[in-house]
Amino acid sequence: MAGKTLYDKIWDAHVAHEAEDGTCLLYIDRHLVHEVTSPQAFEGLRMAGRTVHAPDKTIAVPDHNVPTTLDRIGGVIENEESRIQVDALDKNAKDFGVHYYPVSDVRQGIVHIVGPEQGWTLPGMTVVCGDSHTATHGAFGALAHGIGTSEVEHVLATQTLIQQKSKNMKVEITGKLKPGVTAKDITLAVIGETGTAGGTGYVIEYCGEAIRDLSMEGRMTVCNMAIEGGARAGLIAPDEKTFEYVKGRPHAPKAAQWEAAMNWWKTLYSDDDAHWDKVITLKGEEIEPVVTWGTSPEDVLPISAVVPAPESFSGGKVDAAKRALEYMGLTAGQKLTDIEIDTVFIGSCTNGRIEDLRAAAEVLKGKKIKDGLRAMVVPGSGLVRAQAEEEGIAQIFQDAGFEWRLAGCSMCLAMNPDQLAEGERCASTSNRNFEGRQGYKGRTHLVSPAMAAAAAITGHLTDVRTLN
Amino acid sequence: MEKYEKFTGIAAPMPLVNIDTDMIIPKVFLKTIKRSGLGVNLFDEMRYDRQGNEIPDFVLNKPQYRDAQILVTGDNFGCGSSREHAPWALADFGIKCIVSTSFADIFYNNCFKNGILPIVLPQEDVDKLMDDAERGANAQVTVDLENQTISGPDGGEISFEVDSFKKHCLLNGLDDIGLTMEKKASIDAFEAKAAQERPWV
Ligand code: SF4
Repeated sequence: MAGKTLYDKIWDAHVAHEAEDGTCLLYIDRHLVHEVTSPQAFEGLRMAGRTVHAPDKTIAVPDHNVPTTLDRIGGVIENEESRIQVDALDKNAKDFGVHYYPVSDVRQGIVHIVGPEQGWTLPGMTVVCGDSHTATHGAFGALAHGIGTSEVEHVLATQTLIQQKSKNMKVEITGKLKPGVTAKDITLAVIGETGTAGGTGYVIEYCGEAIRDLSMEGRMTVCNMAIEGGARAGLIAPDEKTFEYVKGRPHAPKAAQWEAAMNWWKTLYSDDDAHWDKVITLKGEEIEPVVTWGTSPEDVLPISAVVPAPESFSGGKVDAAKRALEYMGLTAGQKLTDIEIDTVFIGSCTNGRIEDLRAAAEVLKGKKIKDGLRAMVVPGSGLVRAQAEEEGIAQIFQDAGFEWRLAGCSMCLAMNPDQLAEGERCASTSNRNFEGRQGYKGRTHLVSPAMAAAAAITGHLTDVRTLN
Repeated sequence: MEKYEKFTGIAAPMPLVNIDTDMIIPKVFLKTIKRSGLGVNLFDEMRYDRQGNEIPDFVLNKPQYRDAQILVTGDNFGCGSSREHAPWALADFGIKCIVSTSFADIFYNNCFKNGILPIVLPQEDVDKLMDDAERGANAQVTVDLENQTISGPDGGEISFEVDSFKKHCLLNGLDDIGLTMEKKASIDAFEAKAAQERPWV
């Protein structure tokens, strides 16, 4: 019998029921909840007279809608609809007795940053959230994926999810990364290779030396964007770095339970003879700092490249590329480094962790952002913010001319007041460059934190390696 | 949920690839705590200008497609966020079936929970239905979930695959949660076992 992949092992450990046609009830160990995709689910429970099956495995935190400006402290949310959603979460968390980090709590932040930070996310778990970037938690060797609101209600009511198993895909990044190349560049380069639908139907396991060399923060960045590659989830096998990160976190196991957990966690890897339905290999040394030029995360190129001609694509992509260039206000043949920007956003569940802020601060140290540019840092959680202040990173950002914000999703999806104006162009460390994502007719270039910092200094997209 | 019955309707062509959930329902409309009423804002930024006037060129604004029930679309429809507001908006508009060569995973699942049938077909079949859709009301399309076929006005049934459980639920308008709760004994047994094996969870 062939060996098992990591995904197979986690899956097998969580099947609560299997029907004849292979439809499974997958047991869910952690259910994360935020204010935008949950109100209708809680409402559904109320209407049916149902309760939350496992409130102790359910963690709620408002993040998408909350203002990140300093006046939030002690204030009310001005936008009425946003306030209604946050108030609804306050009430639902209380009524149904789930763990909750309200806006006023220093631990509040983006749900995918808070979960790991508080030790809710552990290796071998199943983790779901009504949010596509739940894939982030896969960095711990957890099976983590996004679900819709009907499924949120299903998990609340039953602690299970109706699932069919996905196929196994291995993405191996061999060798070492060159200086200036980061986890963000890896994950974008992979999407550039597979396309946004390349992972559809698969769970991806990332492996190889370049992945092993990444910190936990970097691994979360890689898994975060598995969804942009179309995969249901991204995973990385847990190792010493994982255990080190988890140990001592508030909700991590302690003492004898820690030992028991470690015994199981150490079996969580793909067997040598496991079967893969698809394998992709990239050479770490060949990955360059990348940027996106279009309106899909697959529109990615090394920073040294030029804007492509739509005719260089085939099929429906020709028209999509034409539309993208028009939307982005770019012309084929233009050097990517000549693209001037108006705004820089550092934050999001992709790149809002302490290591990301350190990387950007390293580039910004002793420098100023370009005159007239708007730049903001939105830490991924209150604790990331506090740590950055303690390390003096916050000061570097502020001295350079960045706004230093409170935690939340902010301009990653621009549901709160942080938005691009029409035609404004942003170098952003977030994960989506869709039309209108950061504001109506706003233009987004996805980059790593170091590249975002470099762009802030020069005022145009810049290869961070050329700055001194 | 209503039972999903065989129907014949107008198909609208949307050949663009990678139509994402932000296009289907921009995030400004996610601030609702209800499921209903999103249809008027379906494809909002493509459908209306900043003053709220309809953009005449947009397919669903054209007289022949205003009552479309089927969308024939480019690759990777529904990519992006997990927001169920996307299928809510589509369903509220009256869309009951979407045809593409591929769908994003979460969106695909969300459709079934809201009475929308997403059909995956090979490129040549999508192209053929796209041609039919270009002809508007002159070329109605029939969707038959029971027999797993979709056919244009010129005959020629195209068969499609669909997961048997999802088909069963859609055909009978079944509520997933109710069905799962019938398996409570299995869930309880699993929990008891897991509490032994992985007490730290
Ligand atoms: S930071 Fe962006 S991608 Fe992440 S959860 Fe928030 S909105 Fe979604």
